[in-house]
Parts: sequence; C-alpha cells; structure tokens
Amino acid sequence: MKARAALLAFVLLAVLAPAAAAEQRASLTEIEKQVMCPVCGTLLQLAESPQAQREKAFIRRLIDEGKSEAQIKDALVAEYGDEVLALPQGSGFSLSAYVVPIVAFLAAAVALAIGVARWRRGGGGPEASQPPTPEDSNRLDADLARYDL
Amino acid sequence: MSVRSSIAVLAVLAVVGLLVFGLVSKGSSGVDLGEAAPASPLPRLEGGGNGSLVDYRGRWVLVNFWASWCVPCREEAPALQRFQQRHGGQEFTVLGIDSRDLTDDGRAFVERYGLSYPQLRDGDGDAAHEYGTTGVPENFLVDPHGKVQLLVRGPVSEEYLREQVTPFLPEGKS
Repeated sequence: MKARAALLAFVLLAVLAPAAAAEQRASLTEIEKQVMCPVCGTLLQLAESPQAQREKAFIRRLIDEGKSEAQIKDALVAEYGDEVLALPQGSGFSLSAYVVPIVAFLAAAVALAIGVARWRRGGGGPEASQPPTPEDSNRLDADLARYDL
Repeated sequence: MSVRSSIAVLAVLAVVGLLVFGLVSKGSSGVDLGEAAPASPLPRLEGGGNGSLVDYRGRWVLVNFWASWCVPCREEAPALQRFQQRHGGQEFTVLGIDSRDLTDDGRAFVERYGLSYPQLRDGDGDAAHEYGTTGVPENFLVDPHGKVQLLVRGPVSEEYLREQVTPFLPEGKS
C-alpha cells in the first residue's frame, strides 16, 4: 500500500512539476511588452535598434539560465536604471504616478458631490429662490406680449 | 483666509510643485564651450567603486561617450587608444564613459580593443543627459579646471585628435 502511494506521488510529481515550471517560465514576448529600449524611448517590443537587439539577447540569456520574469526585470533595472521599466515601480517617488491621479480624481468627485448637494439645498441656485421684482414682471409681460402671435 | 481656501491653495501648490520637479529632473540640459563639465560620480566599468571627472582635476581630459553596440565607436576606439598611449600621463587622459550599455558588453569591448584608459559606466544615461549628448560617440575636451574647451558630436579620427586636440595639451603648445 505504501509502495503504491509513493509510486502515485512520484507519477503526479513527474507530471505536474514540469507543467508548473513551464507555466512560470519567463517569456521574451511578455517581457518585451513591459520594458523599454532606453535609447529609442519606445517599448522594447517595437524597437529594432542595435541597443534593443543587445537588450533582447540579454533577456534571452537570462531566460535560458532559468531566471523568473521578476529577476530579469531586476537585472534590467540594475543595467539600465528604473526607466527601463515601461510602468513606474510602485515604491518611492514613482508611487506618485499611481497615487496622484487617484487622489485628484477623488478630490474632484468630492468637490462635485459637495457642489451638487449645495445647489440642491439652495433650490437650484440663489437667484431662483428670490421672487421677481414688479419691474421684472412688467418687462417679462411686455416681452411676451410683443412676441404673442 | 478660510480653511477651504487654504486647502485649495495647498492643492494647487502641490500640483505646481510636482510639475516643477518633473521639469527640473527631466528638462533638457547640456554643456557648452567654456562651461563646467558635469562631474557626477559613476561606477567604474571594471568594478571597484565609483570614479568621476573630479579624480582627474589638474589634467586635460578627453571625455568619450561610447557604447559597445555603436558602430562608429568601434571605429574611433583604436584612434583614442593610440592617442592615450602617445599623450596619456600626468597632464592628459582619455576618460571613457560607457553609456546605456550592458556591463558585460562594455567590458568585452574594452578587452577587444585593448583600451587602457579609465572607463566609467553610465547605464541609465544620466551622465550623457547631463552633458547633453544626442547619441554616441561624443567627445568633450575638458581643461585642468574642469571647463569644456572642445566638443565633438560624433566620432573623432586620429587626424582630428592630432590637429584639434593636441594643440590644447601642454606638450602641443611647447
């Protein structure tokens, strides 16, 4: 019984382990979409310059060495700096690239909500709450009479 | 000023501050003739800490921006090496700055062309940006006081070095 269980575990491991490894294996196509060609200023995916070719070769080499996507991106940052990443990192000052738009959007939403609430409380605006003066009423009547067909 | 107005002013100042920071950190820069050459420390290409133009203050320095993937850089490297052999010493040196290049590629380039002059690494291109380079190779002749005296946007030839750079050097004047 023990031998069968061990055999089953071995077979499962042999079948699932390569599948899991293949799933995690980094791909040049995926990484190219996430990093820049520093010289061209475009995504590496779109770049064909000599520098881009060397960068792609570097990524291929790291993939062959079994490095993960995160490890490869770290290696690229070590070579070319943070700007090699197409999206800013979620830490340090780069975090502001994500935080500032969210904060600005929330502030605008809050300001809009407050403005709408005030407008509704005031019955559609301060001018609408005041009754027209007799002069205004007379002028309105005269205007309407002039256009009365 | 009400609390609401103060918050609004602070918010506007914060946005303006961010914009100014962005402009200052990304804005165009560069050096012209007679201006001080940027001397930010950079890692040495061969490893072993940082180096800077300041290390060579008191000498004439030909700052050469290059990259291993750049074809004209391959063509000018032998000329620079011969110039260094002829003039390098207490009064002059070529200083290579390997820009936006892979470290291993840069080291292989140095070995391939037998470059004996000091090499720094500018992986993120910040130094190239400070100098206002538009590509590689570019060369800046810096005097012993750190001021740019000659600027070449492109490769230098042996003839150019002999005719344009040598006259600046103490031995060229004598």
